[in-house]
Amino acid sequence: MTSSDNIIRMERVAKRYVLGGEADVLALRGVDLEVNAGTYLAVMGPSGSGKSTLLNLLGCLDRPTAGRYLLGGVDVSQMPDDALSEARGRKIGFIFQSYNLIAQLTVIENIQVPLLYQGKDLRALFDHCVQLAELVGLGDRLHHRPNQLSGGQQQRVAIARSLVNDPLMILADEPTGNLDSKTGQEVLELIGRLNENGKTIILVTHDERVATRAHRIIHMKDGLIDREVVNPRPADEAGLPAPSA
Amino acid sequence: MNPLRFQFLSTVRLGIKSLLLHKLRSALTMLGIIFGVCSVIAMLAIGEGASYAAQEAIKKLGSNNIIIRSLKPPEQARAQVTGGRGMGLKYGLTYQDGARLQATIPGVRRVLPMRIIRQNVRFARNEVPCQVIGTLPFYGEINGVEVVRGRFLCEMDESHQNNICVVTAGLARRLFPYQDPLQQAVRIEAFYYRVVGIIREQNQPEQRTQAGKTEGEPLDNNVYIPLSTSRTRFGEVLIRRTAGSFEAEEVQLHQITVQMRDLEAVETADPQIKTVLSRFHDQNDYETIVPLQLLRQAEETKRIFNIVLGSIAAISLLVGGIGIMNIMLATVTERTREIGVRRALGAKRRDITLQFLVETVVLAVGGGLVGVSVGLVTPFIVSHLTEMKTIVTVWSVLVAFGISGAVGVIFGLYPARAAARLDPIEALRHE
Repeated sequence: MTSSDNIIRMERVAKRYVLGGEADVLALRGVDLEVNAGTYLAVMGPSGSGKSTLLNLLGCLDRPTAGRYLLGGVDVSQMPDDALSEARGRKIGFIFQSYNLIAQLTVIENIQVPLLYQGKDLRALFDHCVQLAELVGLGDRLHHRPNQLSGGQQQRVAIARSLVNDPLMILADEPTGNLDSKTGQEVLELIGRLNENGKTIILVTHDERVATRAHRIIHMKDGLIDREVVNPRPADEAGLPAPSA
Repeated sequence: MNPLRFQFLSTVRLGIKSLLLHKLRSALTMLGIIFGVCSVIAMLAIGEGASYAAQEAIKKLGSNNIIIRSLKPPEQARAQVTGGRGMGLKYGLTYQDGARLQATIPGVRRVLPMRIIRQNVRFARNEVPCQVIGTLPFYGEINGVEVVRGRFLCEMDESHQNNICVVTAGLARRLFPYQDPLQQAVRIEAFYYRVVGIIREQNQPEQRTQAGKTEGEPLDNNVYIPLSTSRTRFGEVLIRRTAGSFEAEEVQLHQITVQMRDLEAVETADPQIKTVLSRFHDQNDYETIVPLQLLRQAEETKRIFNIVLGSIAAISLLVGGIGIMNIMLATVTERTREIGVRRALGAKRRDITLQFLVETVVLAVGGGLVGVSVGLVTPFIVSHLTEMKTIVTVWSVLVAFGISGAVGVIFGLYPARAAARLDPIEALRHE
């Protein structure tokens, strides 16, 4: 495996939150992590384990205090704010626990938002956005507003939105946390299908059953990767039905 | 379309959309600006109208002219001079004054004497109280008289002491409702005068300030007769009968209009005239009016007025701006989560700044537009209800509108930057 396959490469990444005096928190204590293209990675761990901090760093929402983070071969660890925004917009697709759609925009407009910040021509890419909406099964709800959709539908809009800039990876933070188990399964199936089509997925969860679909599962503890499990036959092991697709 | 321009347009559309999400709140926020802009335009229009009316009145006096009027001396002074009650009071400007001014003051072009006598003018059964003005033919030129029909006074009338008169159009209508006024004879006291011309009424000084003005009497009832005629027919001593007593006063001229050759001469001539006159008048029985000075004063007053109005307007716009800023700060807090999401999806700080700035500017400019339209209607209504003259100037509309836009930018900048400074992680976590 060549290094160019490494979408993510973290080298001794540490993060310290300065709260003043002795109250400083060392949330990450030097994490090493490599993720190859096409990987489905699950991050697990109890609260306070550094899981969220790792997610923020992976998502370029924050900068590490020490260490290096190469995203798609580019060191983003000390980038200025604007460059980080650029990196988020182009290389990362976010899926949040509470969907985080913009209330005043319709489904299609929500999907277009990341394009807007890349300065792309929304009209030229309109068909692309419609295709994404169809991909997540919402082709008939393009002009609905988020409050007219169910939770599962909203999360699927969010998935379509995360794909619009064709990012290097999808970062999903408890994507099923607000959904009932049936809808949650549907969303996970959709994410699984994306991975089968070659998307790199990083999924943060505390739910074992959600994590079982991943190829690799890393467990965080006290700001370090505690252990890593490689899942040879994703989903099957947990006794869950394999994606029907 | 240029992607950048498209992005900007989408930002504006998004801003309008966000504002429409809270219609009442946006409308209330706009109110401050609406009132501010509206009051600027309306107040300036009323002020402009008032000063225009004043300036027009002054301009009619003629900026090249200096007007000297006979003034009845105050009661005390009168008692000293005459020693008795109201008998044979003698005061005012004389023919000699006119001649002296013509001869001594440099830069004088013409000196126009005027006798103004209040008398009833009769034709058939119609009787109208009038000012009978005895003057010289060039009165017409100095005061810009517009002859509607017939002619004005001429030299021949003056030298022959013709019993002719020129009447104002309003008086002609009152005296001759059914007849052609020209060549009709009207009676003033015991004498008849033939009407030779009709002129358009003007707001002339002698109509407004004469002491004997009666309430409720139209001011445009003027009869013009030759000065020589006035002198012979009415004499120098005017007797006015009031209930139970009569008053006699001797006044040669009621007004002298000194026309100067040019504007520069006007201001130097004013003190010179006073000096010349004071040498021959023991009592203070005249006043001088310099329209040019009045005009300057009116302009100065208008300037101060505009400053006052401007400050009021600035304060109201400031208050409106603070209202907008307040709401936008609340909006930023309310939409912290959205800001976090947008930042996560690739929005740079300046994208967020622009988004909120656009919203504020849309609010302010929207308020400005409504304010302008209300401000354009208000003076119209005011002038209809109160008969006050109002003038809406283009610059006042532009200034008011421009300020509303500026208020949007100035007061939008802080909330927008506060929004942009939010930490995306914190913002995403915000409930």
